[in-house]
Amino acid sequence: MKYVDEFRDGDKARQIAELIQSEVRPDHQYRLMEFCGGHTHAIFRFGLVDLMPENIQFIHGPGCPVCVLPAGRIEAVIKLLENSDNLILCTYADLMRVPAGKRDSLHKAKARGADIRMIYSSTDALNIARNNPGQQVFFFAIGFETTTPPTAAAIKIAHHEKLKNFSVFCNHVETPPAMAHILSSGETQLDGILGPSHVSTIIGSHAYAECCKQYSTPFVIAGFEPLDILQSTLMLVRQINEGRFEVENQYCRAVKTDGNKKAQTLMSEIFEQRPLFEWRGLGELANSAIQIKNRFSDFDAEKRFAMEHIEVADIKGCICPAVLRGVSNPDECKLFGTVCTPEDPKGACMVSSEGACAAYYSYGRYRTEVEVVNS
Amino acid sequence: MCLAIPAKIESLDALASTAIVNLNNIRKEVSTLLLDEVTVGDYVLVHVGYALERIDPVEAARTLAMFDDMQALGDTE
Ligand code: SF4
Repeated sequence: MKYVDEFRDGDKARQIAELIQSEVRPDHQYRLMEFCGGHTHAIFRFGLVDLMPENIQFIHGPGCPVCVLPAGRIEAVIKLLENSDNLILCTYADLMRVPAGKRDSLHKAKARGADIRMIYSSTDALNIARNNPGQQVFFFAIGFETTTPPTAAAIKIAHHEKLKNFSVFCNHVETPPAMAHILSSGETQLDGILGPSHVSTIIGSHAYAECCKQYSTPFVIAGFEPLDILQSTLMLVRQINEGRFEVENQYCRAVKTDGNKKAQTLMSEIFEQRPLFEWRGLGELANSAIQIKNRFSDFDAEKRFAMEHIEVADIKGCICPAVLRGVSNPDECKLFGTVCTPEDPKGACMVSSEGACAAYYSYGRYRTEVEVVNS
Repeated sequence: MCLAIPAKIESLDALASTAIVNLNNIRKEVSTLLLDEVTVGDYVLVHVGYALERIDPVEAARTLAMFDDMQALGDTE
């Protein structure tokens, strides 16, 4: 596939890795956080960890929308489904198996008879609403700035068509505040950040400038393919070695300094800043999420339905919150790979294709096993 | 959730703001509402049924050329 295959060339990957090897200072530890779960998965899937010198460490960040959603938000939706008989829930597939309260999940609610439809696009949710005028269509919207514009577009279209049976449960969050939170907490020491690529196509690389300056931390907006990640790592190593801290853009084939203006205009037409929002693992963060503007409140599921605020405790032993803050690694969790597996996940980080636990389970676990066999 | 896949635009419906893209030989309709200018033949990043951004072929070629340079440097060492 064009724009994919060329960025996966194994020989070039080894060459860039050699260059990194030759440039790192042996006396320095390079602790680099990849913010996105997409990066975490690529790093493991393509064996990039094995190409790195020992003093480069990838710290996994919270960039997995499903993982940072408090389980109580899912539990509230399940409660709502149980108490209404004309509700169709539309959700992206990633959410289906995420543990809610008391070992429940949307997947299990569906098995019990709830009308839950897995959709690929917000456009599908609109179509379901158009085709089922007698029922309320509830769209469980989650995601970072990458996924927000399609939700905004759906609300705008629904408003234009005066759809009476469509509403959105908005759980969209913003990446720069989460990054600032991690850097300000100082819980884990970080020398540089591999920044989000697809989020940045929307908000632009300049969105991280403040964070980079305030915490004197080098940033590189990095594409998701293996060569992108390696080149970005090299760029971070160079910034660190030279004592620079700036936002550099490796993914310039799709990211502009100020992002996608049209998408930004659409988002600000429909949404406004939410004063406070809870992130799983990071806690309540001010101005880190968005909500639907009053003008479009007819389409706001939180206003249309009396949604309960429910607190759901993590399963005993699950260390997802620490994993999401980059403080612990998945294999430090006692449940990892035994009690908690992708088939029977105990925490969201094991469910999602962006979760760090799922990455370790799918790729990392075998690495260690192979090493053990060889030694 | 944040993954977006490069796909080539095969045809455009300007009125509906949609395009048919070729995703690994599968044709799919995507919305082009988020983009100002797109033309047939452009590559776009597709995410949850929307084209998020055009892929700039000049910048892509430049990045690929940089990989080659790194290779050359690596070879001489
Ligand atoms: S392995 Fe499972 S239980 Fe442990 S932190 Fe990850 S998701 Fe939670």
